[in-house]
Amino acid sequence: MSDIAEPTPMGIAQATAGHRDIHQTPEAIARRQRRYRSEARFKYYGIAGIAAAISMLIVLLVSIASESFSAFTQTFVTIDVNIDQATVDPNESGDPAVIGRASFQTLANNTLYALFPDVSDRRDRRALRALLSPGVEFELRRRVMDDPSLVGQTISITVEMSDDFDQLHKGLIDRTLPEAQRRINDLQLSWYDQLVSEGLIETQFNWRFFSGANSRYPELAGIWAALVGSLLTMAVTLGLAFPIGVAAAVYLEEFAPKNWFTDMIEVNINNLAAVPSIVFGLLGLAVFIQFFGMPNSSPLVGGMVIALMTLPTIIIASRAALKAVPPSIREAALGVGASKIQVVSHHVLPLAMPGILTGTIIGMAQALGETAPLLMVGMVIFITSIPSGFTDPSTVLPVQIFSWAGNPERGFVALTSAAIMVLLTFLIVMNALAIYLRKKFERRW
Amino acid sequence: MLKKMALATVATVAMVGAAEARDRILLAGSSTVAPFAQIVVERFNNTTDFEAEYNTTGTGGGFRLFCGGVGDDFTDFSGASRAIKDSEVELCGSNGVTDIHEIQLGFDGIVVANSVDGPAVELTTEQLFAALAAEVEVDGEVVANPYTMWSEIDASLPEEEIEVLGPPPTSGTRDAFVELVMEEGCESFEAIAALEETDEERFEAVCATMREDGRFVEAGEDDNLIVQRLEANPAAFGIFGFSFLDQNLDKIQGSVVDGVEPTFENIASGDYPVSRSLFLYMKPQHIGDVVPAGLQEFVTELTSEATFGDEGYLVDAGLIPMSAEERAAVREAVLAYFQ
Repeated sequence: MSDIAEPTPMGIAQATAGHRDIHQTPEAIARRQRRYRSEARFKYYGIAGIAAAISMLIVLLVSIASESFSAFTQTFVTIDVNIDQATVDPNESGDPAVIGRASFQTLANNTLYALFPDVSDRRDRRALRALLSPGVEFELRRRVMDDPSLVGQTISITVEMSDDFDQLHKGLIDRTLPEAQRRINDLQLSWYDQLVSEGLIETQFNWRFFSGANSRYPELAGIWAALVGSLLTMAVTLGLAFPIGVAAAVYLEEFAPKNWFTDMIEVNINNLAAVPSIVFGLLGLAVFIQFFGMPNSSPLVGGMVIALMTLPTIIIASRAALKAVPPSIREAALGVGASKIQVVSHHVLPLAMPGILTGTIIGMAQALGETAPLLMVGMVIFITSIPSGFTDPSTVLPVQIFSWAGNPERGFVALTSAAIMVLLTFLIVMNALAIYLRKKFERRW
Repeated sequence: MLKKMALATVATVAMVGAAEARDRILLAGSSTVAPFAQIVVERFNNTTDFEAEYNTTGTGGGFRLFCGGVGDDFTDFSGASRAIKDSEVELCGSNGVTDIHEIQLGFDGIVVANSVDGPAVELTTEQLFAALAAEVEVDGEVVANPYTMWSEIDASLPEEEIEVLGPPPTSGTRDAFVELVMEEGCESFEAIAALEETDEERFEAVCATMREDGRFVEAGEDDNLIVQRLEANPAAFGIFGFSFLDQNLDKIQGSVVDGVEPTFENIASGDYPVSRSLFLYMKPQHIGDVVPAGLQEFVTELTSEATFGDEGYLVDAGLIPMSAEERAAVREAVLAYFQ
């Protein structure tokens, strides 16, 4: 406003005579240019803000992606293992109970001793055993249990190398460091080099990362169990929060009278949306687990806790979507004789559904990344099996990331980042789905 | 649409009712014991037809579950990075858990370490106390800690600002560090030691209180985070479990404490002063009744030489083993329940 010339009598006269003139005085031009400059500055501030946000996002993504990179491959070594009858089943009983208790570790060890016959010192033999992952033992046991006829034969298997050698093969261990600062000593390096020169070591895609359950050995750890846990938890959350949330929104928007009581409810719902998630976790622990005695660490309890947390988001989004349906739709339906419930279920709800779904998906995406309340209900659990139901103990993706980040072994650094990548992928897919639904079904009046 | 929603709600609520009988062994407790107990659990699950699980709740949280009672809902084993307290034994007793069997797994060393780019130092418990306590003795007086540089404590120490990253009070590592370093170190000071006679409460407070002026930084439970911060700041020191030093020898170096280097051999022999025992507590009342099968196999696995022996897989993961005689005694005591 201050940019407009002082209304002197002279000015008014000029304005009526030739209004261009007052805009062409040197003062007016200077003012205008100042205004343009400030507008440009304002624009640059905005651009700078976006650039800062994007560069931070890029730094985050690049650092996670570059660290996660090495987790998607795994170093394998191919060895010939003699399934020695005397070690596995000395009495040739063929009894699975006997075979199951056999020391398959010994078989793998004997293979290594045969590959490097010069190694006889006890300490060196221990260093030699460190080449292979303990997964060898599990794999051998599984194969022999599946096919007992293997006993007495020599089989060629391709198995994971241990974490340290996996890191070495990926170039993450500096060979030039003094021996004391390496987890792999010079002797082990020479064995490794020999295996490489014989072409026994190869790098494969790490399928186990996507299909396996958790493990304390980085080379054997996978996220499938956590992913299944997340899906089960999300199913419970969706099953509870969606119908309850939509029903609450429909009632509040379409049926409820406007009085102090419904105002109270509205204020409380908005407050609930801002309650820190850990509070819901404590509530879940006290009410669902301790009072109702529901199973600890289960997707059922986890999902219920997350449902409480997601409920306000869904109610608020659903109410906004219902509000956006124009009153003329309701009036038209009522006008042709529809009942109130028919108006809502035949017309208003279907029209509001894209908005409701968008809100729900965004709420679910938030819930997928939730960690704190799930720690409270015991979902930071170590299990080595894939959960098969809602009451099985299980963990979820973000909690798995949290647990892996605390493990000492070097390989877990990459696994942690890789799990974050998987979680981010799911979040992007869910948010993209929300945008797609909105674009496809959205109506404008 | 409303009908479908109602059905979904009913289906979800119906699932709540379906509780299951126990078919697995439950372990819960300390996050320090977790890396070791979890390996045993994984081996056990992969090499037998039984199943076990470990829930990381912290030592105290583990005992709350363990002492809750006898039955399906309560854990069979509790992982602890310290011995069970009298108050916890009482809690157990009041809930009918009258028999508690202690299984010692081995030791865990606590190291003071810095980046390999920083200076290698030799510390004493006395110097560590002077650097980290809230109140120290200066010229025969107990005063608020005035030291800001290591070199002010002893000329042999580097001329660097004191900055030490360590575990928070909720951590078992912190309890052990206070007990083994701070409470040891404070007794070397005459004026503080004299307090023990005159004002015992004050003595205990002086000995056990870490400084809070920003020179001792509580860096959270995650030891990996401390290692990363040491790497970034060569002037800082960190306090954490030995296995993290063992895994990161290319990045960090352990400080000598009281003339002893924090190596595997020195911790195992007991020469290194800062080490504590790790335990699993068993509830014999669950044998055969609550857990019908698998418990014997589990403790057999747990106490076999291949597990916690000198070359066992727990030792590969950073556990410091006990002597062969101690291990034999632990094994014998626990297997006696199954004879």
